[in-house]
Amino acid sequence: MLDSLALAVTVPLLAALLVTALPGRVQTLGVIGAIATALVSLQVTVQVWQHGSLRSDPGGWGAPLGLALEADGLSAALLAMAALVALAISIYATGYFREGERRLHFWPLWFLLWSALNALLLAADLFNLYVTLELLGLTAVALGALTGQREAVAANLRYLLVGLLGSMTYLLGVVLLYAAYGTLDIALTGAAIRPGPVASAALVLMTGGLALKAAIFPLHFWLPPAHANAPAPVSAVLSALVVKAAFYLILRLWLDVFGTIVTPAAAGLLGLLGAAAVIWGSWRALRAERLKLLAAYSTLAQIGYLCLFFPLLQATPEGPARDDLLAALVLMAISHGFAKAGLFLAAGLVQHSAGHDRIDELGGTAQHLPAATFSIALAGTALIGLPPSGSFIGKWILMTGAIETGQWWWILVILIGTLLAAAYMFRVLSRAFNEAPTPRRFVTQASTEVPALLLALTSAVVLGLGAQLLWRLMGFGVVA
Amino acid sequence: MNFDTLLPVGIVLTSLLAGGFIFLVKEESHVLRGVLNLSGAIVKLLLVGVMIWGVYHGHVYEARWMLAPGLELVLHADALSVLFVTLSSVLWLVTTIYAIGYLEESPNRSRFFGFFSLCVSATVGIALAGNLLSFVIFYELLTLATYPLVAHRGTAEATRGAKIYLAYTMGGGVLLLTGAIWLQVLTGPVDFVQGGVLSGSAPALEGQLIAIFVLLLAGLGVKSALIPLHGWLPQSMVAPAPVSALLHAVAVVKAGAFGILRVVYDVYGVAYASSLGLLTLLGILASMTILYGSIKALSQDGLKKRLAYSTVSQVSYIALGASILGPIATVGGMVHLVHQGIMKITLFFCAGNYAETLGIHHVSQMDGVGRRMPWTTLAFSVGALGMIGIPPIAGFVTKWYLGLGAVEANAHWVLLILAASSLLNAGYFLPILYRAWFRPPPEVWPAEHIHAGRFETIGALLWPPVITAAFCLIAGLFAAAPFSPLEWVELIARREHGL
Repeated sequence: MLDSLALAVTVPLLAALLVTALPGRVQTLGVIGAIATALVSLQVTVQVWQHGSLRSDPGGWGAPLGLALEADGLSAALLAMAALVALAISIYATGYFREGERRLHFWPLWFLLWSALNALLLAADLFNLYVTLELLGLTAVALGALTGQREAVAANLRYLLVGLLGSMTYLLGVVLLYAAYGTLDIALTGAAIRPGPVASAALVLMTGGLALKAAIFPLHFWLPPAHANAPAPVSAVLSALVVKAAFYLILRLWLDVFGTIVTPAAAGLLGLLGAAAVIWGSWRALRAERLKLLAAYSTLAQIGYLCLFFPLLQATPEGPARDDLLAALVLMAISHGFAKAGLFLAAGLVQHSAGHDRIDELGGTAQHLPAATFSIALAGTALIGLPPSGSFIGKWILMTGAIETGQWWWILVILIGTLLAAAYMFRVLSRAFNEAPTPRRFVTQASTEVPALLLALTSAVVLGLGAQLLWRLMGFGVVA
Repeated sequence: MNFDTLLPVGIVLTSLLAGGFIFLVKEESHVLRGVLNLSGAIVKLLLVGVMIWGVYHGHVYEARWMLAPGLELVLHADALSVLFVTLSSVLWLVTTIYAIGYLEESPNRSRFFGFFSLCVSATVGIALAGNLLSFVIFYELLTLATYPLVAHRGTAEATRGAKIYLAYTMGGGVLLLTGAIWLQVLTGPVDFVQGGVLSGSAPALEGQLIAIFVLLLAGLGVKSALIPLHGWLPQSMVAPAPVSALLHAVAVVKAGAFGILRVVYDVYGVAYASSLGLLTLLGILASMTILYGSIKALSQDGLKKRLAYSTVSQVSYIALGASILGPIATVGGMVHLVHQGIMKITLFFCAGNYAETLGIHHVSQMDGVGRRMPWTTLAFSVGALGMIGIPPIAGFVTKWYLGLGAVEANAHWVLLILAASSLLNAGYFLPILYRAWFRPPPEVWPAEHIHAGRFETIGALLWPPVITAAFCLIAGLFAAAPFSPLEWVELIARREHGL
């Protein structure tokens, strides 16, 4: 009997098999598979909401040998985000890949990726994490190169090599830990770990490898071309989910495995890299000539914000203040997921309608594509961190943490990042207005425009107003 | 959920929902859009009427929504919120009628009216915000909702004006945000309470509290156009006339001024702010802005530019009132929130009428316009004379109470500022009136779009300024009547000063 955790991994695998076996009905099966996968993923979230953390051993071997799956508030939150974002992307893809070969290639890879992602979020041991990470990377590369254009292939070849290097480095760390402590289970390793050269080396190797995959400054060089040249639904999933998965692993390791051996200096270094990413990513986004490149650089900056939490978490003792920081970190990650997916989907519509995505030549988009422009504006609200978006709440708590721990210099970084983000988003939006004639209606193609709009709306409004649900899901305090 | 919770939420939602639906309305469905616009405005007005009655009788309307631990969205109606809510809802209705007439046949009206409604929702949210966090949220929303209105025309000039507007307001926004977070770290959630919440603070915190005040004032000063943060306002004159009217009279500058009132009275408390020396800072800034704006207005030939600099000057009366310790000055400053609103909206409506009807954009083109457009020019004259402070128009009441308050507080220098400012007001308004009424009209008007029929211009453009001009007279003539702006503000002042 498969439990809900195993279902979240196997249902998308089954969907991948089905769309491969029955290429004639790929669109219908794709939508059904996406809905089924989203439902089983959300089922896990609901169970965590009701009962707290879940754990299962599908093989029946038990720790420390077995292949265990585990869901706590953190993974349940990200699982729900992945489910909703991926569902919206799936529906968009039915409109985006109307015909041709590409849709036959898209769907099987897409479900494989989703399955790998869910497995990664639920894996409870370090080696399974490596396997899922590798799978996720390979499917992502294949999807990214789907257009077959030269830039896309070149960018994704580089992405492939970087990804392999990253996961091998990570694996090296796993090997060190296994040799020293004789277990791969996250919780057991975390309990056994002692400060020393082995642990430090493992920390550096694993974080370094994952930082490469999460595109943490200065290891980000591969991301902009890979994300900007993929088809729009793929760019959306790469930026919103795949990068986030590598970041999730860093967070997971730092919290549950290396929690006792991380030094303030190490956390400070990660914060510093984050600060550099915020400034550099935002600056490059401001200078980008193409909308999708802008969106890709903005991802760098947003990952940077997430890194700023590490030094604050390190300096804050266990308690409500630290819980708030952790929840705010997840809230910002989720808000960015929704916002960036919405932005990339809308950018795809703009590119499709205008035939290009050069920002300076996008005059009148607001008139031709009101719904897509709206999605860009709403996603922009979340990326800048304006109220009532989820990232506004996240940023408020981040700045509170910076003041409370006396690390006020991060505030300057956040303020500059915010202003730069406003500058790059409004650079796009100001191009949207011109004297072109009015469209007849708000939405022209519902299957692509509505998912983009809903994703952006979720990031800009729903996550902000409903933020307290995340605290409850993560089991933090009682919210009055 | 009961009525006391739903009322403030309803007042915010009426325009928000109307706005949301208007975006979806097909461009050519004028009637549906008009119905949505007007029904939103009228329902809101009715709800506001109920709220006025309740707050007058000491009823508490409050809605709370938990965002995250320690972060609560609070809508709370006190007497000061009601003052601003009423001003925005009444003027929203009038401006909507005006805008429907003004934008007839122009493109992208669904987008325009959608953002127009969002803008009013944000303003009402600012008025009803019950704590600093909620205020910041609606204050930033207002920036977002007004940007597309300033950029609406889509010309290079409009885009540039909108960009400057955004640069100023976003810059101010992050400073306000930092100040608000810093204050919350020091004291916990900052609710707006009459009389202020900080007066018992430890002396060791004073330095930080002063720094926070400066941050908050810098953030609020941008929207209320305190020098040197006023630069966006003349630039945003490229917006359509109803937007200028809204920005100058109701929404943006007032949001800034209202925020200053909230921070001085309901966060720091006016006595505590005075003891920290913060009122002196505010008073100096306000006085300099009053004089600077008036002096700049003298030399502007563009009618809307002249009005814009006049706004820079006039809005600072509100801050000036807040910077003088004493209930009478409080009355003078707060009542100007309403008085400046109704006078300035009249002036902008009239400027829009001149431009739409005859193509007049400059003061130098206004010779004899009073003969061609007597009603508009009459309304303009009422607004202008009110700004100068001539009785019995509303502006006189403001200046009277500010002057009296200054004498009461022994701040005689304020009288000099008031006198100088009134002279300057006369210096830039009287020549316009002279031209309009006493110079002969030209052979042809610059661009006569609308020919005189039964009225001098179309009804939707004519009646709004006439109505708001009537408000200016009524607010002055019947200042002592119950529920007049003055009477209401005296109620607030009694509550703020604990009298």
